[in-house]
Amino acid sequence: MSELLQLVERVAGWANDGEQIEAVGVRGGDTEVRAYDGEVESLSSAQTQGVGIRVIADQRQGFAYAGTFDIDVLEETLAEARDNATFGTPDEFLGLAEPDGVAPAELDLFDPEASRFPTDRKVDMALALERAVLAADPRITGIESAEFVDSESESAVATNTGIRAQSRETNCYLSASALAEESGETQTGFGFSVGRSPEGLDIDRAAADAAERATRLLGAVKPSTERLTVVFDPFVTAQFLGILGFTLSGEAVLKGRSMFADRLGEEVASPLITLTDDPTNVQAFTATTSDGEGLATRRNPLIEAGRLSTFVHNTYTARRSGTISTGSAVRGYSSTPTVGTMAVSLSPGDRSQAELIADIDNGLLVQGVAGLHSGVNPVSGDFSTGAEGVRIRNGAVAEPVREFTIASTIQRMLHDVQAVGSDLEWLPMAASGVSLVVSDITMSGS
Amino acid sequence: MTESLLVDEPVVAAALDRALRTGGEFAEVFVEDKRSSSGLLDDGKVEELTSGRDRGAGIRVVVGESTGFAHTADLSEAGLLAAAEAAAAAARGGSGGVTRVDLDRTPTSPAPIETYPEAVAKATKVGLLTQADEAARSAEGNAAGSIAQVMARYGDSRRRIQVANSDGLLATDDQVKTLFSVSCVAVGDSGMQTGRESRGHTIGFELFDRYDVEELARSAAQRALTKLQARPAPSGAMPVVVGPGGGGVLFHEACGHGLEADLVAKSASVFAGRVGELVASPSVTLIDDGTMGGEWGHFAIDDEGRPAQRNVLIQDGILTDYMWDHLRARKEGRPSSGNGRRESYKHLPMVRMTNTYIANGSDTPADIIASTPNGVYVKQLGGGQVNTATGDFVFGMTEAYLITDGEIGEPLREGNLIGNGPEVLTRIDALGNDFAMGSPGTCGKDGQGVPVGDGTPTLRVESLTIGGTAA
Repeated sequence: MSELLQLVERVAGWANDGEQIEAVGVRGGDTEVRAYDGEVESLSSAQTQGVGIRVIADQRQGFAYAGTFDIDVLEETLAEARDNATFGTPDEFLGLAEPDGVAPAELDLFDPEASRFPTDRKVDMALALERAVLAADPRITGIESAEFVDSESESAVATNTGIRAQSRETNCYLSASALAEESGETQTGFGFSVGRSPEGLDIDRAAADAAERATRLLGAVKPSTERLTVVFDPFVTAQFLGILGFTLSGEAVLKGRSMFADRLGEEVASPLITLTDDPTNVQAFTATTSDGEGLATRRNPLIEAGRLSTFVHNTYTARRSGTISTGSAVRGYSSTPTVGTMAVSLSPGDRSQAELIADIDNGLLVQGVAGLHSGVNPVSGDFSTGAEGVRIRNGAVAEPVREFTIASTIQRMLHDVQAVGSDLEWLPMAASGVSLVVSDITMSGS
Repeated sequence: MTESLLVDEPVVAAALDRALRTGGEFAEVFVEDKRSSSGLLDDGKVEELTSGRDRGAGIRVVVGESTGFAHTADLSEAGLLAAAEAAAAAARGGSGGVTRVDLDRTPTSPAPIETYPEAVAKATKVGLLTQADEAARSAEGNAAGSIAQVMARYGDSRRRIQVANSDGLLATDDQVKTLFSVSCVAVGDSGMQTGRESRGHTIGFELFDRYDVEELARSAAQRALTKLQARPAPSGAMPVVVGPGGGGVLFHEACGHGLEADLVAKSASVFAGRVGELVASPSVTLIDDGTMGGEWGHFAIDDEGRPAQRNVLIQDGILTDYMWDHLRARKEGRPSSGNGRRESYKHLPMVRMTNTYIANGSDTPADIIASTPNGVYVKQLGGGQVNTATGDFVFGMTEAYLITDGEIGEPLREGNLIGNGPEVLTRIDALGNDFAMGSPGTCGKDGQGVPVGDGTPTLRVESLTIGGTAA
């Protein structure tokens, strides 16, 4: 048993009669190397640790956290959480998770090689990435950033209701942002490569993507306003799925913040849409064996062939909704669990992005969107973001375009899906990407 | 008044000596002790009160163009020395040698606080939440019970910092912030709409002498109710009038980030190499001012120990200077402008804004609207984002109205505004005399969030692109 699990079990063991205590501990370390101009711009090594303590007594909840494992401080933290609980509104559905018989998936998420990987080689990778970006195209004139990042994290949850869980993961990625210049105009593009261990990272792919994205936009013009069919690049689709995930959380539903609240079992999307949340998929960057309340994560079908099948729940939202937790409690040590999707993915279709584009007479390939956090309202479904990309004409990519917005509503876009690509890829986020064709989007330019 | 130190002077000096042992040219110890408390009411219930505590130190060592950084939650001498070793090793120094750092305490005056939030009973804080909930639900205009959800949030924090570096600097600050926000969801035939109000200042519990939480709650509710009647925002380029206080985020995104020296140095800014040039309409004066007492982006010293400054970035349309942190300024052989900030002891500092605003012009707001035949009036903006290399930006309109024949008319649904920073600056063709600060914000850059303020008078941009769905 890990020291971390022992620590949180000790804290949970401090419970008084008639009181529920949950302790969640997190410990992690990461290294970040940034290269610039052939030198190490910075090398940071960071160690994070902390414990969050939740107390439920007399149907009231309180919480406190501390960024330390110091036992004296944790005793004070528990006292603070107990005191906080006395001010909560009584709620009969409050309660900690209890063992539900679902065994955690056996996943290979921790690569011991990754933690032994020498710092010098991490530095070399960051420097090599910068060189590769600069060499990728004569129009690349510099980089905004080129970095190597890795992290090792461990978390443990224990309660006096029988929960004891732990999980451990390693992750790393390379990421670059390239500057391309031509005729006094500058464009930027990013590229990355992710893995569990540095050995698996692909420098050339990250560099080539960054260069391609930046140079592809050179000479971009502002398009005129029209309504057309768009192809979302996998990265853009993944961002969209992250927002969609919010609307399918049991918390949003219970609190009247989901447009899908009363629509379980109904057709909410094109039959081409099958959406699954599966943190047990080892390929997902965010894969994990245990949720924020210590329950085993599991595969949850959200939308099946266009029909809404499941909302995700934590223990509280499940009790209030008269169902069981889907193992979807999300949190760090400094907050109580909320509910969320962890690794959402669309079932891929059978055609490549090029094949999808070949079917479109007049359209737009959206390479990037900006302002998703301000332009998309997950409550109302209003969707409007800044975008950049390449026009599609007669089945082929044509001139680049920038400084315009695309707009629709989430509800309409789901129904307007015309095709899902075959190019599914996992990205450094809680969703996978795939090319997605959506009709009837308003492109606003001049 | 001299604050007590978080870590004793001899211990900090020893850590600096250790950090320089491998040949570093500059070393810094940043110590932070932060306590926070927050309360959340949602769905008619006080869901929880949270208390948090984080303390630790970040140590950096600079050698040539390279920076090594390490941090620790262990503030004992042994903990700091270990972090200093790690930072020095990361910087991979040159010759090495023995250094002695002599520290000289700089007097600072942290913002005066009337009532420390930690001295206020939790029950009083909880009372504000329930007051806001009731006020929003009984708002005028909610007779039909359209307000379906109210979320109220209270938060306070006290952040004590201590900075020491190998130039002999030793300085402290004590930063107290208090925040209150209300979000409402209204439901009608057209679906759901949201409305939000938030107030945050670098002051204590006296925040609530300035603002009435019930009034904020009613205003948030009204915002959501108004939008139930809203029509889809138009699409395409048109004149946009931005209300007082509401447009600060526009300049934060449109040009503030592009004036950060770290981005300028990498040529990742459209404003690189343009000091002395006319970059904006001659009526525009843009200022970043960390000294604005009580504002959300205020502090006595920045996170590198430099006193806050008022920096004029654009004077009468002419670019006068960028914003600087220690590292970038040192390279250029000039002083920092007090813009070196970091999210916490776990992060390296970089160039960040504080309170960024456009100074008053001479037009009256009424004249500006009356002289706009057709366009959009934006009363409140949401967050935004900018690509500093191209200047292209986007931000959301959370409360906007159509302007028809010089009058503010129908409310609009949400949409994004997009534009290009340098272009927008030159297209400001009217500037009001009704300056106001906007809502408290959190600015994100390279994964680090810091509190910032912004402000503007009423102003008009002759053409911006609105990304609505209406043709």
